[in-house]
Order: sequence, then C-alpha cells, then structure tokens
Amino acid sequence: MADVLKLHFDVDGDDFTSAGEASADVKKRLRLMGCDPEIIRRVSIAMYEGEINMVIHAGGGVADVSVYSDKIEIVLEDKGPGIPDIALAMSEGFSTAPDTVRSLGFGAGMGLPNMKRYTDVLHIDSKVGEGTKVTMIVNT
Amino acid sequence: MKYLHSVTLVTDKCHGCTHCLDFCPTEAIRVRGGKAQINPDRCIDCGECIRVCKNKAKKSVYDKLDLLSKYKFKIALPAPALYGQFDNLDDLDCVIDGLYSMGFDYVFEVARAAEIVSEYTRRYLKREDVPRPVISSACPVILRLISLMFPSLADHVIPVMSPMETAAIYARREAKRLHPELTDDDIGVCFISPCPAKVSYVKNNPTNRRPLIDAVVSMKEIYFKLISCMTREPDHEHVSRSGVVGLSWATSGGESAAIFNEKYLAADGIDNVIQVLEQIENNALPNLEFVELNSCPGGCVGGVMTVANPFIAKARIQGLRRYLPVTRNFAGDRDSTEVPEEFIIHTELKKRRIGTFSPDEKLTLQQMTEIEALSEQLPQLDCGVCGAPTCHAFAEDVIRGNASLSGCIVCSFLSNDEEDVK
Repeated sequence: MADVLKLHFDVDGDDFTSAGEASADVKKRLRLMGCDPEIIRRVSIAMYEGEINMVIHAGGGVADVSVYSDKIEIVLEDKGPGIPDIALAMSEGFSTAPDTVRSLGFGAGMGLPNMKRYTDVLHIDSKVGEGTKVTMIVNT
Repeated sequence: MKYLHSVTLVTDKCHGCTHCLDFCPTEAIRVRGGKAQINPDRCIDCGECIRVCKNKAKKSVYDKLDLLSKYKFKIALPAPALYGQFDNLDDLDCVIDGLYSMGFDYVFEVARAAEIVSEYTRRYLKREDVPRPVISSACPVILRLISLMFPSLADHVIPVMSPMETAAIYARREAKRLHPELTDDDIGVCFISPCPAKVSYVKNNPTNRRPLIDAVVSMKEIYFKLISCMTREPDHEHVSRSGVVGLSWATSGGESAAIFNEKYLAADGIDNVIQVLEQIENNALPNLEFVELNSCPGGCVGGVMTVANPFIAKARIQGLRRYLPVTRNFAGDRDSTEVPEEFIIHTELKKRRIGTFSPDEKLTLQQMTEIEALSEQLPQLDCGVCGAPTCHAFAEDVIRGNASLSGCIVCSFLSNDEEDVK
C-alpha cells in the first residue's frame, strides 16, 4: 500500500514563461484526488511563488512534492546565490529582483511572505554561494 | 440529478480519428471501439469539439421553434451576437421587425438587459466585502469550468443573473403589462442563442423557480427563415432600444468596458481563460477588480451556433454601434446602490448552478501513485492512438479499469522490437 505520492519537476531557469507549470501540474493531480479546494489553492499559491523565486533568483532548480494522507510537502531546491539574511528576505516588500523582472509584475517582495502565509510549515536552508532549499508543508 | 448536455456525438459520422481529443479542455473525450465518447461528468459544453471535428460528428442539441406553438404569447430574446450575423445590415430594427414577422408576439433585446446587468455589476463592484477580482457570470461554460476545475474561485463569481435571464424577467413583466389576462404558463420565452452552453444552462434550470426561458434555439437554425422575413425598409417606429453598451456584450471586452473602471481583464478562448483562472487562483493577478471570461474566441460572436466568422461579426457590430447612445436602459431603482433580490442567484454556484465532479471520479492516493508510476513507463508521445488525449490520461484510464494496457500500440511495438533485437 503506497501511502505517499511523489512528484518530481525540473524547473527551467531559462524560460521565464514556463514558470508556474509545475504548480499547475500538481494542482491538476490534487483536483483529480478530490482534494479540498482551499488546500489546493494554498498549495498552488505557495508552490507558484517558490517556483517564480527559483526562476528569478537561482536560474531554476528542482521541485519535489510528496502527497501524504494528512499533509502535502513541497521541497524546492536550487543552486543559486543563496539568501544572506533570511529574516530580512521574509519581510513584506523586501525584494532583490532586478528591474526587468519587476516590469513584468513580479518581484514585489511578497513571495516568501506569501509562502509563509499559505503554508503550515516553512523552512528555509540557505548557504550564500551554494544554494537554497525551501521546505513547505500544508496539512490536509 | 444528472447534468444534461447539449454537446453530443453523432455516432455514425465519427471516424474515431482522435482529433478532438487534443482540443477538449477537460479531457472529457475518449475514443473507444473506434468512436468518440464524451464523459458527461467532465463535459463543460464549450463546443470546442464541434469546432474542430472534421467529420461534423459533434453537434449541439437545441430546441425547435415548433416547441413554442403551445404557448399563447411567444417572446423572442435575440442575443446581441445576432446583429453581427447579417451582411449590409444598417438598422437593428430590421432584425427585430423580422422576428415579429416570423410570428413572435413580442421581442425583447438581450442587449437591453445587458445594459441593466452592467449597471448592477457596477453596483456590486462598489461592495468591499466581496472577493476580488469579481468574475462575470454571463458565460455558462465558465461557470461549469470554475465548478469543475477552480472551485476555490466559486465565490468570486458575481451572483447577478445573466443578461439572458434578466431579459426574460423584463420581457415576461412587459408581456403581462400589455396583456393582463396572460398567466406565466401562457407565455413562451425563446432565447436565440449563439452557443450550446446556453442550451444546457437553461435545461439544467439553476434556480429553484419555474424556468424563465422555455426554449433555446440556434442562430444557425433560424437564420434563413429570419433573413427571409427581414425587410430592407423597417417600420418607421423605432423598435430597437439597445445602446453601445448592450451591443458590445457580443464581443470580448464589451462587458468589461461597461464597468467604467480600467482595472479589468477580458479573456476569450478556452485556453486563455484557463490560464487566467490559474493565475487568479495563484494570487498572481492582484489589483484587478473585474474579470470577463468568454469561452469562445472573440466572445459570444465566436459561438458554434453562429453563422458569421467572429471577426466579421465583430466588425459589423462596431459599425452598428455608431451613433447609438452609450446606454439606453436603466435599472428601475436608479438611486439604489443594491442589486434587487429578483436578479440575484442565491443558490450556491458550485452545488446547484452547474453540477460538480461526480464522486466516482475521485481518485485515492494509492490510485494516483499507481497512475504516476504507470505514466512514467509510457512513451510520452501523447499520440492519442489508445483513445486517450495524453499518456497520463491513458494511465489514469488503465488504473480506473476503463482501458487495457495493450491499448498502447507504441508500447507493444517497442517491446516487440526489443524481442527482435534479442
């Protein structure tokens, strides 16, 4: 009896327009499983923001989603520049996104705060120069 | 209760070519035994399969005009898109006169009701206690799509009745005013529709009341009869009462323009609509007040029961709008800031208005895990030969017990190949 559904995605850092595909894929599966709409919404917002972050700041990365009977865990891992001050990065409106990205409507400094707001657990492991690993859990 | 559909298959004409599989936005179609099948739990009546079928094997079911013969007083509700169907039309009155000549006792333009709905929409947008962005309720495909795929957005949909329903209320009231002896059952109201989705919407009466509309006919079907009744010289009395706002509802962006606020988004074409809804659900479109979504390309003029190409119809409507007043119809209670009870749909959108996913469709965690595992072993060509739109959908069918793995001819071919090499 399998008690976990594992999904793996490569998030392409070169193609900005494809950001959000992985979260849309996850959403589709959760829908098929008759997951509560509010849970689906929270998972998709948190994962979408995380995906966008990886594309903007880290040139892409990988996303691993595990669906358990009582929770959904999303792990996003990249080999980007890392976050020097996580507390500062968590504050609303703080952004290091370049102007080119801002002109597209991203980089408002709401990514991490939203990820925290819509999940039950947000854990960030980051080393400057090595990369960032974000773990999020939504209890179902 | 089972949801009734108006998009159906003509089995004899279907060659089982799999072309439609690629275009169905909800993966509702499978080809089994050489014929397409539409899963009624997933179909949203968008008509994409009708649009793309090369063998004309998909069709819309709609009412025949004869259905109205049992009513003493017959009312026509022409959709705004109807005005875009005629070449060289220079007066809306020609169309309305034509409908009277066809035998209708009264004509109420849906474009008029649309102007009232626009006024109610502006009132509703002043409320701060409703989730933003507010989503239009006019296109029934969108309602069902939201119910099936984006249920978390159900409370964004404006609960105000569509122009079609509003027109029916006004028309019935006017008929009774003109002929006080008429009862509700004497009056037959007929909507002249650009699309099958409106047919389904009416058939599955979303309100708890007596149906407002008794028949929905296709623009295509009545076209030649109507055109033969239309005269080039309409009666001198001006009968059309529509303004720019009402006419503009026929094309994408028209409804939004009438909210008099630039914070809107208008999307048309089912794929664009789905992308926009994904973004709204992701909270990625802040600062939007209103979202107008039309399943058909170009808006209602792109419906599969219209005659003219949507862009040609759009150009004609632009011409007809010239010199018309912006709005000619106003809600009865002009100073109010509320939407009257009569025009509110109270029944909860996701439950009654458009049906929901059947519980049989729901997959367990175990099944989903098996589907992912099986899907990974499939060729990922999404060729459709197995009868499913994608390899993933095929894996889903196999695990649900609706298809056999041997249906994948690429898998069989590759495994034979390997044996040959050995």
